[in-house]
Amino acid sequence: MVLLTLLAAVTIGIIRTRSLFAVVVLLGAYSFLMASVMIVLDAVDVAMTEASVGAGISTVLVLGTLHLTKVHEAPSRYTAILPLFVAVGTGAVLIYGVSGLPEFGAANTPLNTHVGMSYMARSIPETGIPNVVTSVLASYRGFDTLGETAVIFTAGIGVLMLLKRFRQKG
Amino acid sequence: MRLDVVLRVATKLFLPYILMFALYVQFHGDYGPGGGFQAGVIAAAAVILYAVIFGLSEAHKAVPPAVVEAMVPLGVLLYVGVGVAAMLTGSNFLDYSHLAHDQIHGQEWGVFLVEAGVLITVTGTMIAIFYAFAGRGKT
Repeated sequence: MVLLTLLAAVTIGIIRTRSLFAVVVLLGAYSFLMASVMIVLDAVDVAMTEASVGAGISTVLVLGTLHLTKVHEAPSRYTAILPLFVAVGTGAVLIYGVSGLPEFGAANTPLNTHVGMSYMARSIPETGIPNVVTSVLASYRGFDTLGETAVIFTAGIGVLMLLKRFRQKG
Repeated sequence: MRLDVVLRVATKLFLPYILMFALYVQFHGDYGPGGGFQAGVIAAAAVILYAVIFGLSEAHKAVPPAVVEAMVPLGVLLYVGVGVAAMLTGSNFLDYSHLAHDQIHGQEWGVFLVEAGVLITVTGTMIAIFYAFAGRGKT
């Protein structure tokens, strides 16, 4: 609850601040709060990724981008009514959806009765890896992780193509 | 820039521990939280810290851009290579069970190599993107 309140406060701060430098710092704080939420939810692997990627690397990269662009946000030229309507509508639908979810940690959800338990039981005898997250990521769902790695690869190649070509021209 | 000395010394003290932690996250991923993605980002953060404190040219000397750019596809190739090697042993693509003399060891090798592939690509990509941004900022 404290974390969620802080998250809301940081979000309002991000929206209201015009100085992009402050926004970047607040985004880093937001990522760290999000990582803490993940730890509360016992998702330590996700928390670690969020803390290192969200709060660490993206902050550095966005600061690098700020170095190339202006530091102040331009005032908006459009009214906020339509975006506000869309945001409130989406939020309402999401809250309605959350009310239909099973209780947190309930044992009879599809999450805990379907393949999840099977992986928990099979991980040590089949792969010898106690951390089930790793065995699912790297072994059972290795194909998905290959896709993720390919996404990183593609992103890197894309950025290199864009920025490198520019540097040669200028 | 009067505090430069403090920053330089503190960075030099920190760097080995950051790299050590990256390796710990990488190789302890089987037992605790972590794995290739996280370790790759932490290792990249160490290089970025070095570049921020000591300047881009020093970082280019320590970690040449050509090496970094080679790492980006190398990791994916290693990952796919493990998959193909698994196929050559008679299993499905990315099924590591027959990579070693028994299933547990095969899985261990497979997961180890795959995570290494992820580490190489993630580290390479993060440093390459940072180099690209920082290099443009200078000109």
